[in-house]
Amino acid sequence: MSARVSSRRTRIDEELLRESLEINRRGHNGWRAEVLARAAAAGGTAAGRILSFVLTVLAAVIVSLPLVYLSGGDGALALDALIAGSWGSPIAAAETLVQTVPLLISGLAVALAFHAGLFNIGVEGQLVVGALSAGIVGATLPLPGPILIVVCVAAGAAGGALWALIPALLKAYRGVHEVVTTIMMNYIAFNLSTFLVSPSGPFVSSSQPSATEKIPIEARLPILVPGTRLHAGLILAIVLVIAVAWYLYRTPGGFSLRLTGANPRAARGAGISVPQTILRAMLLSGALAGLAGAVQVLGLFGRYFDAFSPGYGFDAIAVALLGALSPVGIAAAALFFGTLDSSAVYLQAQAGVSREMVGVVSGLVVGFVAAQPAILRLLRRLRARKARTRPNPSPDDLDRVLATVVPVPLADPDDAISHGLAETEATR
Amino acid sequence: MSILSMSLVIAAIHLAVPIILPLLGGLISERSGVMNIALEGMMLVGGLTAVVFSFLTGDPWLGLAAAAVSGLISGAALALLTVTLRANQVVASTAINLVGAGLTAALVPIIWGTDGTTPSVAKIPPFVVPGLSELPVVGQLFRELTLVDYGTFVLVVGVWWVLFRTDTGLRLRACGESAESADSAGIDVVRTRFVAVALSGAFAALGGAYLSIVILDAFQAGMTQGRGYLALAALVFGKWRVWPGVAACVVFGLADALALRSQIVAPDIPHDLLLAMPYILALVALATFVGKGTAPAAVGKEFARA
Amino acid sequence: MSATAVRLAGITKRFGAVTANDGIDLAVRAGTVHGVLGENGAGKSTLMKILFGMIRPDEGTIEIDGKRVELRSSADALAQGIGMVQQHFSLVGPFTVVENLILGRDSRALWRRWLAPLPLSAARERARELSERFGFGLDADARCQDLSVGARQKVEIVKALWAGATILVLDEPTAALSPPEAEELYALLERLRADGTTVILISHKLPEILRLCDRVTVLRDGKVVGTREIDRADMDAISRAGVEADLVHLMIGRERPTVPERHPRELAPVLSVRGLTDGGRIGPVDLEVAGGEIVAVVGVEGNGQSALVDLLTGVVRAKAGSIVLDGAELAGRSTLARLRAGLAHIPEDRHAQAVAEEMSLIDNASIGFTTGAPFAPTRLWLSKAKRRRLAEAIIRDRSVRTPGPDAPMRSLSGGNQQKLVVGRELARAPRLMIAAQPTRGLDIASTTAVHEALMKLRAAGAGVLLLSLDLTEVFAISDRIVVIRQGVLVGEVATDRADPERLGAWMSGAAGGEEAA
Repeated sequence: MSARVSSRRTRIDEELLRESLEINRRGHNGWRAEVLARAAAAGGTAAGRILSFVLTVLAAVIVSLPLVYLSGGDGALALDALIAGSWGSPIAAAETLVQTVPLLISGLAVALAFHAGLFNIGVEGQLVVGALSAGIVGATLPLPGPILIVVCVAAGAAGGALWALIPALLKAYRGVHEVVTTIMMNYIAFNLSTFLVSPSGPFVSSSQPSATEKIPIEARLPILVPGTRLHAGLILAIVLVIAVAWYLYRTPGGFSLRLTGANPRAARGAGISVPQTILRAMLLSGALAGLAGAVQVLGLFGRYFDAFSPGYGFDAIAVALLGALSPVGIAAAALFFGTLDSSAVYLQAQAGVSREMVGVVSGLVVGFVAAQPAILRLLRRLRARKARTRPNPSPDDLDRVLATVVPVPLADPDDAISHGLAETEATR
Repeated sequence: MSILSMSLVIAAIHLAVPIILPLLGGLISERSGVMNIALEGMMLVGGLTAVVFSFLTGDPWLGLAAAAVSGLISGAALALLTVTLRANQVVASTAINLVGAGLTAALVPIIWGTDGTTPSVAKIPPFVVPGLSELPVVGQLFRELTLVDYGTFVLVVGVWWVLFRTDTGLRLRACGESAESADSAGIDVVRTRFVAVALSGAFAALGGAYLSIVILDAFQAGMTQGRGYLALAALVFGKWRVWPGVAACVVFGLADALALRSQIVAPDIPHDLLLAMPYILALVALATFVGKGTAPAAVGKEFARA
Repeated sequence: MSATAVRLAGITKRFGAVTANDGIDLAVRAGTVHGVLGENGAGKSTLMKILFGMIRPDEGTIEIDGKRVELRSSADALAQGIGMVQQHFSLVGPFTVVENLILGRDSRALWRRWLAPLPLSAARERARELSERFGFGLDADARCQDLSVGARQKVEIVKALWAGATILVLDEPTAALSPPEAEELYALLERLRADGTTVILISHKLPEILRLCDRVTVLRDGKVVGTREIDRADMDAISRAGVEADLVHLMIGRERPTVPERHPRELAPVLSVRGLTDGGRIGPVDLEVAGGEIVAVVGVEGNGQSALVDLLTGVVRAKAGSIVLDGAELAGRSTLARLRAGLAHIPEDRHAQAVAEEMSLIDNASIGFTTGAPFAPTRLWLSKAKRRRLAEAIIRDRSVRTPGPDAPMRSLSGGNQQKLVVGRELARAPRLMIAAQPTRGLDIASTTAVHEALMKLRAAGAGVLLLSLDLTEVFAISDRIVVIRQGVLVGEVATDRADPERLGAWMSGAAGGEEAA
């Protein structure tokens, strides 16, 4: 068994290397079969994900219906108002997309951290700081338009990443659970924001209370559809979806991030530095969150407003989980919540449902996603009981669909549970 | 007016208690092996329930009792998700926080038609201790504190005693250190954890009720301001023991009280930044935390029998 | 005449498509030691868990002292006088011995349990009594996590007796004990039997069964294949050999699969370790592994094996010493560099260290291959197509049973997961393979597959460092045996000249550390 080694290569067996590099080894027929097999597998995963998406949404909506009635609203009317208010006209559709943008980007932020085994609940604070950075830089730096946009966007990302730095360091090098630290950073961010644009604060606008000065129009994200509020942030959001998907699934950095989230000790054994990966994941997540905030300032408002976010950072958790942590799924989930958000005013007027309900639906979605593994276990057990007579133990299609559970990672670098010893009696 | 005075002590107590109560809840839950990060949401639900029942009956004590019951219910909801269904504990807690925050904010306009803040309701009156309230200086303390404050102290001692000196506490802690060992000793781990988490909800709810009908006399959306999380920081800093955790809460409460006073005494320091002091302190406290060796060994891990 | 203490009839338990226990009948006479013999995967542990109320059988009945019982929990079992001493997960580490003894045993009124302080002094007194009666020698206030494995096991036995157990079930009790500690246990069990306690001993070790048991039931593939009476008083060498052969035949049921002939070649040293230490758990250690050689490191669990592996793989930084692989110094270099230099590692705990259950087989097969060419020549692109082909090749070469490389790792059985891990590590074309407990918990077929892979590696001129707790495995495939005890290597001998008793003496510290020629 010989191998090829050099400083920029992984050591690998010659024969296996040749097999890995060979293209079209099987010839024309084999190629078609392989593509079909892969499409079937991917289709199975997608089908499972779509099914769980729809069911979760339905469950959350059904459970929140009693509240709608309680508030004097009408269920059917609410549904009507929901669709009309969000997709009923070109302007409404544009508004829905406007609401989707920050949810999408912050959903990506939460998901990226989740993939590394981290719960970044600090997205709300990070997007506030990102928005602040963009708003302040945009209002104070005398740079030409196009350059200023880029600088503001960069400032937004940097601000968000900076806000994730302390929790990241504490987690990576002290093992402090990131949930409490990121939440503390949230509250500090809110207070900081209030201070910075308070009447005596350093960056408050002379004409608008609790806000920064307006950013010059050349430095703002252009409007895509005249007559609406839909801005180029949408394009940035789509680009980010592709970029995050690329990073996670097609780069070595993304692989090491996912592996660290799935099993930190296996990552360590493969030579990956777990603290560095945690740091990288949190900073990237924070940067994305910062971008979400910056996009609102640069595209929608044109300046920074205190308390501009109705809780995007928290809804983002629901968006990430509903989207099964996959960038495409997150886009779909963001659209759903964007629909809820943009029809909020309509819902209030027509059916008496307040915006707070979106928060409740958010929470219910997260709750149902949390309960998903239990439901799937139950389904599996029911199926196994019915199929007891079948001698073939290999998983079939439904099993494969059922296996596409949201991969919310539990991995904790300090955790050292060992299961291997209990394997003596077969359970599969 | 000097910054140090009995009023400050009383203010510190008033601001520490709403962190101490969820701390006790978090302690009970985590010592049984279940991470309860949903204290914040449970506090909000408790706070609103107290106001609702005080409003309906005119009796703040009934409001307090109702809040405790609401806490048992929200605790049971978390227990259902994490203990019975074995869902991820952080995700389930987040769900409860989101629902708690959203629901309480949505119910205020539904019930009263106002936006965000309820109208005033009957609140818990101070309890004047005969004799002690006549003393100079200290007497103010015994005039202004309520029975709930004294009750909280009793609860602290009670939780410490039951958890660390009795058989019930031993069993509960066994579930938190090694669920399998507890199971083979004949302890019903699922039931113990379920009860512990439900109880933790009751404690948290009382903390929220303290905010709405002891300090204030109304409920405001989001009035807990992160105290449920400060309690968690105190829990970690106190290494899952009662007295160090309570001490941390007192420090947070003191910081809060000083920040409020500072607006009058030192108006040059930005008020909003000072209000962030408890959170900054919490971060510092967590940063001094050394490794996971002191947490209950089984906390966060699900338990299942074949 | 002794009554039947325990009678199991028709016990059946299925886990999904696997039948762990199939119509098992078992009758244990009171006041005797009854052995349950079988290999890994035969169904012994499942049966005992059913007896202890931890699992409910799908079919079958249980009778204790002639009375039919339903065991819904371990509390029920304890109430019936059944006490179980398991291999793991039975004591609460941070609690003291006394606290562990009284855990769950408080029978006072509910309000007392909530309010009254723990009855610790009464408990200490009772513990002392039991201790003297059976010769335990326990320190009541020591924390259990500070005790040795043997001491902890004694606490477990006391705990079972404390609860009033008259039927004691021991599951592989000497698995983690050194020979002297095992002797102590045997003496204890004999004293218990003399006192009238019924003991059910689960084991896969024949000498133990023959030494202690009055009757033995043999399990294979979930079924009872035979029950034999053992007349311990009247057994000479010949009849003993006969009984052994009979039991082995029952246990295995077929010819032991032949392990291919070994042709060990001693080439130049692949691994040279000098003075390696981490300043605490292990060291200083001197060790050499030649090309074409399998060196086994044996010792009682917890004597530094994991620490040694951590130092060699680079997960822990060495305080002092050198590690030379094929002439290149590895100490101070990163894990990645060591992998590149020709090191490979099959971790002892697959679930915790080697695989990511939620990720696909493709991803799992790529662990350790994602830095640099051929799969990631730049930081911007990691080829999935190439990794897929690597995974397919490994799956094919190692006969991993799976619907396809896109399946998640957790859909594979333990044996198949391990085959993939072995295949992945072999794909590094290693010069030195560190195999830590590579066949722990695996069935016969997977174990043979792993052994064959390691021997093929040896035949190709690489070196293998095998860390194992299983002396059978060690004698089957290794060329040289090294014994580790309390973090240092205390003895070394060629396998064909090794003697299990001498090894046992080294492992327990009864003999000094001399090297055999």
